[in-house]
Amino acid sequence: MIRLQDIQKIYPIGDRQLQVLRGVSFTIEKGELVAIMGPSGSGKSTILNLLGCLDVPTYGSYHIDGQEVSRLNSRELAHIRARKIGFVFQQFNLLPKLSALANVKLGLEYAGADDFKSAMQSLTTVGLADRADHRPSELSGGEQQRVAIARALAKNPPLILADEPTGNLDSRSGDEIISMLTALHDEQKITLVMITHDPRIAGACQRIIHIKDGLVEKDEKVH
Amino acid sequence: MKKYIRLLRPFHNAWGGVTSHKLRSLLTVLGIVIGVSAVIALMSIGKGAEADILARIQTLGADLMMISPGSQMGAGGVRGAAGSAVTLTMEDAAAIEEKTDLVASVSPIFSRNMQLIAGSQNMNAQVTGTTPSYMQTYNLNTTSGTFFSDYDYQRGSAVAVLGSTAAQTLYGTNDPLGQNLRLGTIIVRVIGVLAAKGSVSGSPDNMVFIPLTAMQQAVAQQRTQRGEQIISSISLKVKDVNNSSSVVQELTELLRTRHRLIASAANDFRITSMEEVASTVSETMATTTMLLGAIAAISLLVGGIGVMNIMLVSVLERTREIGIRKALGARDTDIWIQFLIESAFLSLAGGLIGVALGWGAAYLVSNVWSMHTLVSIDIVILAVSVSVGIGLFFGFYPAWQASRLNPIEALRHE
Repeated sequence: MIRLQDIQKIYPIGDRQLQVLRGVSFTIEKGELVAIMGPSGSGKSTILNLLGCLDVPTYGSYHIDGQEVSRLNSRELAHIRARKIGFVFQQFNLLPKLSALANVKLGLEYAGADDFKSAMQSLTTVGLADRADHRPSELSGGEQQRVAIARALAKNPPLILADEPTGNLDSRSGDEIISMLTALHDEQKITLVMITHDPRIAGACQRIIHIKDGLVEKDEKVH
Repeated sequence: MKKYIRLLRPFHNAWGGVTSHKLRSLLTVLGIVIGVSAVIALMSIGKGAEADILARIQTLGADLMMISPGSQMGAGGVRGAAGSAVTLTMEDAAAIEEKTDLVASVSPIFSRNMQLIAGSQNMNAQVTGTTPSYMQTYNLNTTSGTFFSDYDYQRGSAVAVLGSTAAQTLYGTNDPLGQNLRLGTIIVRVIGVLAAKGSVSGSPDNMVFIPLTAMQQAVAQQRTQRGEQIISSISLKVKDVNNSSSVVQELTELLRTRHRLIASAANDFRITSMEEVASTVSETMATTTMLLGAIAAISLLVGGIGVMNIMLVSVLERTREIGIRKALGARDTDIWIQFLIESAFLSLAGGLIGVALGWGAAYLVSNVWSMHTLVSIDIVILAVSVSVGIGLFFGFYPAWQASRLNPIEALRHE
C-alpha cells in the first residue's frame, strides 16, 4: 500500500549538503493506524512532506497505492495529493473566508469531484452538520480540527496524513480528536498515519515508527 | 451542468478573493475607474463636438463655397490682411454664374455693418445686399413672410428679410412683418424672417438681408479701374459636391484670367469650400479626440500598475492560502488561473464602473453646459476590453509568482 525504500533526502545549504534522511524504509498496509514519532530535527517532518507528496526524495523510491511517485513533477504530485492524500494539519489550515462546508468542498473540488454531497456527509460524520455555515473564526479549535478532518475524509483518499493533529489543542479537545480519528479508523478502515510526539496519540496507535537522526530507530507493533 | 459548474469555479474563487477585501479592491481599481471614465467622457465630448460642428456645417450645405478677396500686396512687398484687397466684382459673379455645368446658384454679396433702428430698439448688425439666389445658396427658409424676389432685386425695392436673432433683438415678440426698419440712411420694410440656422461663424441668424440693388442706394459702391462694381464676396452652391476640388480649380483659373494675374502672381482671392472645411474640422477634431484619449489611456496604464502592485501584495499576504490549496491538490495552473482571473475581474469591475461614471460625466456635461456629447459603443467596448487586457497583463506576473510557490514553505508561512 505504502512503501518507502531507502529514502534519502538531502538539502543543499549554501555549498554544504544537509542530509536529513539517510535511508528510511518501511511499509504501511492498507487500514493501518501508524504513529511516526521522533524528537524535533529527527526528520519526521521531512517524512511527512514526502509521504504527502509535497516533496520528492533525493534518492530512493516511494510507492503509494501502487504508484511510484518519487520521480514525478509538480503537476503530477498535485494530482496525487488531490486524489490520494487527505491532510490534517497542526494549524488546521482552513481558509478563513470560507464556511466550514465550503472548506470541505474545496478539497473535493481539487480532487475533481463532480458531486459535493460527500462534503455534508463528512461534516455530519465529524458531528458538525449544524455548524456547516460557520466560518473557522466562529468555531473552537477542536471544531476547526474536525472540519479539517471532514475535509480530508470527504474525498475518501487511500491515505490520511495527520501532522501533530492535537498540537494546537487543549488536552480535552485533543482527546476528542484522538478518539474521533481512532473511531474513524475503526469504522471506515481508513489508512491513517500521524506524525506526532504526543504520547496519547502514540498510545492509540497499533504501530509506532520511531525516527532518529534520519533513520528508523525502532518500528514496533503496540497492539 | 456539472462541467459548467467546474468551469465557473475559478470565477467563484476569484470573486471571493475580491470581495474579501472590499475597500482595498475598490482602491485598487480606482486607477482603472478614473482611466476608463476619462477615456469615455473625453472621447464622447470630443466626438460630440465634432458631430456638432459637422452638423452645423451640414445645415449650410457641404456644397457651399465662398469666395472672398485675398490680401493686397502693398508697396515694399508688405502683405495686407486678408480681405484688404477689393478684387471681387459683380462681373466676376456674373462670369461664374455662366458656368452652369459647375454651379447651381451664385450669390454676389455686398455687405456692411450698420446701425439698425426699429422704433426704440437698435442694434449693430451686418446688412447683406445680395440676390434672391441667396436663399438657395445657403439653404435658407423663412418662418414668416418671404425672401425678396427677382422683381424686388431689379427694382431695388426697399425691403428687408431678418435673420432670426436679429428679428428677436429688434422686435422681441412683436410681429416684424410690415414694420419699417432704418438701415443707416435708408428705410426698408420687413417682408420676411428667416428660420434659425444655429451659431456657425457667418451665421445668417444675426444678419439682415436686402436686395443688392437697394444696398447700392444706401452705400456708395466702389468701382475697379476697369469700371467693375466691387462687392464683398461671392457665395455659390456647386452642382456636384463630389466634384468640389475641380470646381475650385476651374473657378481659380476663371478668376485669375478675369483679374489678369500673371503666372507668378499669387491669387488675389480665396475660395473656401465647406466640404473642405468639414473635412479639416473633422480631421482636427479626430486628432484632438485621439490626443485626449491617449492622455486618458496613460491613467489606464497607471491604474494597471496599481492593480499589479496590489496583486503582488495579495499573493504575499495569501501565501498560506496558496499553500493550503496546493496541499489539497491545486495544480500550479489552478493557482495561476485563480489569481489571473482575480486581477482581470478587478480590472473588469473597474472598467464597468468607469464606463458608468464616464457616461454619467458625459451626460452631466451635455446637460449642465449644454454641450453635445456622443458616447459611442465602440469606445465603451474598447475601454472595457482594454481594462480587462490590462488586468490580464499586469496580473500575469503576480499570478505566476503565486503559482510557483513551494507548498511546504507556503504552509509554514505565518
